[in-house]
Amino acid sequence: MIVGSKKRQITFRVLRYVTLIVGAAIMIIPFLYLFATSFKPQLYLFEIPPQFIPKHPTLSNYTDAWTSNSFGHYFANSVFVSVISTVFAALLSAMMAYAFARFNFKGQNIMFWLLLVGLMVPGMMLLIPQYLLANQLHLINSLIGLILFYVATNLAFNTFLLRGFFEEIPWELEEAMIMDGAGAFRRFWRLILPLSRPALATVGIFTFLACWDEYVWALTIINDPDKRTLPIAISVFQGQHLTNWGLVFAASTIAIVPVIVVFALFQRQFIRGLSADALKG
Amino acid sequence: MASTSVLANVPHGPSKSSKAGFVPYIFLAPGFLLFLLTIIYPIFRALQISFYNWGVFPGSPSTFVGLHQYVREMHDPVFWRALENAAVYMVFTVPLQIIFGLAVAMLLVRKIPGRGLFRALFYIPVVTSWVVVSLLFKFLFSTDAGFVNWVLHSFLHLSSHNIGWLDTRWPSMITIGILGVWKGVGWSMLIFLAALMGVPDSLTEAAAIDGAGPWRSFFSVTLPSIRLTLSFVTIMLVIGSLNVFTSAFIMTGGGPQQQTEVVLSYMYHQAFQFLDFGYGSALAFTLAIIVFGISFVQMRLFRGGVTRVVR
Repeated sequence: MIVGSKKRQITFRVLRYVTLIVGAAIMIIPFLYLFATSFKPQLYLFEIPPQFIPKHPTLSNYTDAWTSNSFGHYFANSVFVSVISTVFAALLSAMMAYAFARFNFKGQNIMFWLLLVGLMVPGMMLLIPQYLLANQLHLINSLIGLILFYVATNLAFNTFLLRGFFEEIPWELEEAMIMDGAGAFRRFWRLILPLSRPALATVGIFTFLACWDEYVWALTIINDPDKRTLPIAISVFQGQHLTNWGLVFAASTIAIVPVIVVFALFQRQFIRGLSADALKG
Repeated sequence: MASTSVLANVPHGPSKSSKAGFVPYIFLAPGFLLFLLTIIYPIFRALQISFYNWGVFPGSPSTFVGLHQYVREMHDPVFWRALENAAVYMVFTVPLQIIFGLAVAMLLVRKIPGRGLFRALFYIPVVTSWVVVSLLFKFLFSTDAGFVNWVLHSFLHLSSHNIGWLDTRWPSMITIGILGVWKGVGWSMLIFLAALMGVPDSLTEAAAIDGAGPWRSFFSVTLPSIRLTLSFVTIMLVIGSLNVFTSAFIMTGGGPQQQTEVVLSYMYHQAFQFLDFGYGSALAFTLAIIVFGISFVQMRLFRGGVTRVVR
């Protein structure tokens, strides 16, 4: 009886791992193939049977992407846009979250529900009026135009997440600072923000990735090749008449490696902020 | 789990400054004004534009046409096909993401060696950009020398010829759906995992003592205890699937002959290829209403279910 159940346990354990390994392989093999293809010369891209270890590995796709296709420039555009957007989205939503968490004020409920509406509205529904707005503000073909709207689309979710975190910070700590004569801005800057580093990290990572991967808005307002961000640049590489897949995947590798590194380093923050992904569609 | 509380919380607080004066407004002003300008104002603007024949070029007049754009939609076969495609994508991807996500979460709920690694591997597609994975799948599913056709045709001999995955309507929708499931499983897996870890062991142990087998215990103990998470995931996935865009736009571009348009790719083509902003806005607004309607019905349904269980 006991021996039987032990045997059964081992079978279960083996089955569990086999299933997990097959599943994980399905998740990862496409990336391995992408990575392998990025090292193949154009001639060998469509090999039958497919090779996961290139027979004639070359770095030419990477040097091509970086030099003759000004990929370094697009990379810099993406870094610039994502970093600035992340900083402003975190700061502005932290300020809003502080007001919601610590004050009673007129219009609080209306503002709260408006933010909730902003959270639920599918982003692409607003594409046409936002384009017209950007046009009126002379923000077409401008990185500032990207930044302004990236900050805006991330505000609602960040505010909700940070408000929840701020409310957990004991009010007594603020009271002690009030005794010392500290105003709201001092308390926000010296107490709330430093104590909220983990929540700010979550918000920052999600905003950064959302900006780094953003495609539709950039596709809509950026025509000037000089202003392209990585997702646009990569899709344009593919759109060229005879697609150089090696080049596309070298560029893709350059774009996704930072993401995977950030993810590996901050797994915990990721899991905390999960719902952002779904809400952004 | 933060996921459900984000939507459920209404303003409250243990202790707040009562004589706030203008201070909170200073904290709110920069962010909220930007939010009003770029999110709330465009919502009304989208509705307004959909009532017009919108003049895109400077100086060209916009004429008010009332509900004409919506009537036009009703008589537009491409709109109906796009809606049908989006619905098929939803029906294909939502159940599979839930089933696979829940299955993997069940396998990972015990603290087994390598759990962190598996969790990360399943989650990597979620954090990768839609552009990159759409291009990657286009490459993997290409007809003559694609990886998938090689596996099916030359390696497993399941197919007598190379399949033209992205050449016709339904194979294209299946391919786009496979990408959606592959990219989305990690997300539902992590949400389910968090919920499953909150289910007390004592419940499943009690079921085992009562003689329930693993299946029975799953359906009558585990599933009911993660009911709220299940409804949250379902609602989110339904919203996300009806809003499918980038994958379809990049893999087929809605082609051939607009056979594989989904609502948003059709909206995008109408607006930014044919410069028909009025019609594009009507399409966008219609989808938003459909999405809100379905979400509302789902919330009512799930709430009904929850109260029934409580009674």
